[in-house]
Amino acid sequence: MEKTINKDSNSGTNVRDLIQQNKRSFSANTVTEKIMPILLLIIALVSILTTVGIVITLLAETIEFFKRIPFVDFFTGTILKPLGDNAQFGILPLVTGTLLSTAIAMIVAIPIGLMTAIYLSEYASDRVRKVVKPILELLAGIPTIVYGFFALTFVTPLLHSIIPNLQPTNILAPGIVMGIMIIPMVASLSEDAMSAVPNAMREGALGLGSTKLEVTWKVVIPAAMSGIIASFVLGISRAIGETMIVTIASGSSKNFTFDVTQSMQTMTAYIVEVTGGDAPAGSTLYFSLYAVAMTLFVFTLIMNLLAQYISRKFREEY
Amino acid sequence: MKYMDSSQVEKKMGTRIAKNNIAKSIFFLSTLVGLVVLVVLFYRVISASIGWIDFEFLTNKLSTNPDKAGILGAISGSFWLMVVVAPLTLILGVGTAIYLEEYAKKGKFTSFIQMNISNLASVPSIVFGLLGMTVFLRGMSLGNIVLTGGLTMSLLILPVVVVSSQEAIRAVPGFLREASFGMGATKWQTIRNVVLPTSLPGILTGVILALSRAIGETAPLTVLGIPALLMPIPFGIFDKFTVLPLQIYYWTVDAALVAEYASLASATIVVLLVLLFLMNSIAIIIRNKFQKRF
Repeated sequence: MEKTINKDSNSGTNVRDLIQQNKRSFSANTVTEKIMPILLLIIALVSILTTVGIVITLLAETIEFFKRIPFVDFFTGTILKPLGDNAQFGILPLVTGTLLSTAIAMIVAIPIGLMTAIYLSEYASDRVRKVVKPILELLAGIPTIVYGFFALTFVTPLLHSIIPNLQPTNILAPGIVMGIMIIPMVASLSEDAMSAVPNAMREGALGLGSTKLEVTWKVVIPAAMSGIIASFVLGISRAIGETMIVTIASGSSKNFTFDVTQSMQTMTAYIVEVTGGDAPAGSTLYFSLYAVAMTLFVFTLIMNLLAQYISRKFREEY
Repeated sequence: MKYMDSSQVEKKMGTRIAKNNIAKSIFFLSTLVGLVVLVVLFYRVISASIGWIDFEFLTNKLSTNPDKAGILGAISGSFWLMVVVAPLTLILGVGTAIYLEEYAKKGKFTSFIQMNISNLASVPSIVFGLLGMTVFLRGMSLGNIVLTGGLTMSLLILPVVVVSSQEAIRAVPGFLREASFGMGATKWQTIRNVVLPTSLPGILTGVILALSRAIGETAPLTVLGIPALLMPIPFGIFDKFTVLPLQIYYWTVDAALVAEYASLASATIVVLLVLLFLMNSIAIIIRNKFQKRF
């Protein structure tokens, strides 16, 4: 607008024209001013629509599934045999597969992630931190399919030389690799929580003669507890939803077992297997997909809400 | 000082310092775990792919014969997927971010959208695949073409783009906006001429990082039933396609049948990692070069 004024005053047009021009552009502006918020609101609603879409598709087909298979049978059944004449749909084999792989992953990710966070936040110099953090981000940015390949072709043979009765596909190797994948997430979220603890508290404890370990253990970690626990919970949620690593390295046998050297299937891997086999729409097999996905969705949703609740409820404000 | 037994203090001090030092080295070693795994992973993949990556591998079509197999189809599939995903997420993500940061009034509705986005960000990708299959593939009967995959992928990375764009917009200092308002600019003019140009580097960085996640994502596409080998090379967004990670998946799974497929999978992994590395470098260059600090 500043340009038009300059041009007009140079060419010597009178003020009335200028005002007219201004009015015209002003009314055009008011239209844009009114349209843009509405347009942007519509765009913002896409994310809500996505959630609604997910919930409706899952719910509709899951209800259809439970018309055919009783609710109790599904959640207490230990046999999953989706194909053949005597098809049986019990989700427990998938739930144990998912929970076992998640547990193994967290056994790896929680201690290593937390200790990495402690090192980076409390011990490391700025220079070390500047080098290590991007490398950890690199680890977080590697596609899961690459981890799957790694689990199948490197970690499983490696573990096999230690545990001779390990199956070629098993839940242990993908669990460990999944844990490694989650380390950066736990480390960076926990480190954020620890860095947020004010230095005055550290200095107070150091001034009383504490060593760095005592400061970390008795001051920093308790103060950052909510953030640390939330990072664990988010890690669990990530492990539950992880797909490709377990699909590749854990095989597709639907064993109901707690033996981690055996091949097992997780909920996510089941979805990949069934859709890959092109389940005919309308079959019980097809609807079972949604029932499993719904269970998966509820699992991760609970974890996320829990993480949000923990970090909001138990946050210490300084 | 007579209440303090200095010899006792000395004795305790030694073990406390020793404990601290031991703990420090344990913390350091666990930091190394991640780095060591990264090195081993890179070494394994690169050494397995030596001799397999050449010009022909990059420009040949897929083939069941490992010596002739190439990944041109998968590369162009990934390219066309980005052609759909990039503009879509840019418009949807930035639009949502502008609405939330500039227009939305603080209240229940806004915090509901916000909470919805952060929950959406942690929904497993495979669930997005089912959404895509139900709505786009079967509902709109688009078939398993690039557009279907692109729409699904866009919804998957949308929350990430929204959050990073919001951060970029929030980093624009208030005085720039106020100066613009003071000059008589309207709200939209301020957003278009001041807020967006200033936050553009941050927004682009976030978008590129999200795209690099989309390019490596496999699970939702397996749900869409993108078929395996021997696909014609896609020439547009309405063609059937395969992408690099899916190619890796099929070759890894089939390596039990043909041993050479494992090498092909590693070679494809190297190509994918180089691609991701390039994208991340561009994002970092944009961030360091064009981002203004206030």
